[in-house]
Amino acid sequence: MRINLTSVFVDDQEVAKRFYTEVLGFLLKHDIPMGEDRWLTVVSPERPDGTELVLEPSGHPAVQPYKTALVQDGIPATAFAVDDVQAEYERLRGLGVRFTQEPADMGPVTVAVFDDTCGNLIQIMQGDMA
Amino acid sequence: MTEDVFKALADPTRRRILDELVERDGQTLFEICARLITNHGLGLSRQAISQHLAVLEAADLVHSRREGRYKFHDLNTEPLECIVTRWLRPDARESNP
Repeated sequence: MRINLTSVFVDDQEVAKRFYTEVLGFLLKHDIPMGEDRWLTVVSPERPDGTELVLEPSGHPAVQPYKTALVQDGIPATAFAVDDVQAEYERLRGLGVRFTQEPADMGPVTVAVFDDTCGNLIQIMQGDMA
Repeated sequence: MTEDVFKALADPTRRRILDELVERDGQTLFEICARLITNHGLGLSRQAISQHLAVLEAADLVHSRREGRYKFHDLNTEPLECIVTRWLRPDARESNP
């Protein structure tokens, strides 16, 4: 058994596609029409054959209350590993990305949290556990 | 109000929350929880920390601020000045129980 997919619920798949590729720098892997929505996945350019992130539509009525409650308390939907949190923070800030948590040392890791403009907070982390 | 400040400060976890807000103002609940566990080994539930924050807010030591869909917590040191002037500058004393 392998973990080959993970997902985040995005408010708008088109906005998500642009943010996750143009701003975060991931590569588009699949964009397949599926009725009203799409099977939309991206991968890291560092691991193009690695785990795919599914940008999942938020249409189910349970999704919005779940996302709203997490965002209000500052809880990230998922986390990505980076080599240098501070450098990535500055790069993303330069592109207009909103951070709810600036880089902070949390024991074995350095972390920061930003808004993906699709209704989620995302944590970036650097260190032993990332 | 003074009574609330003493009560809020009487708890060590609440003092730690204030320590962390001195370190950096404007934290989400997520960041406060993460700091308590990594910097102080305090693995409390999110609900427990929310309740501590509510006590600090009632004492006016913490202000919570909504910004769009986010909620941030800021330190407010004003009530601390009110309680220490009682002994440091007794002339300025108002009506302290």
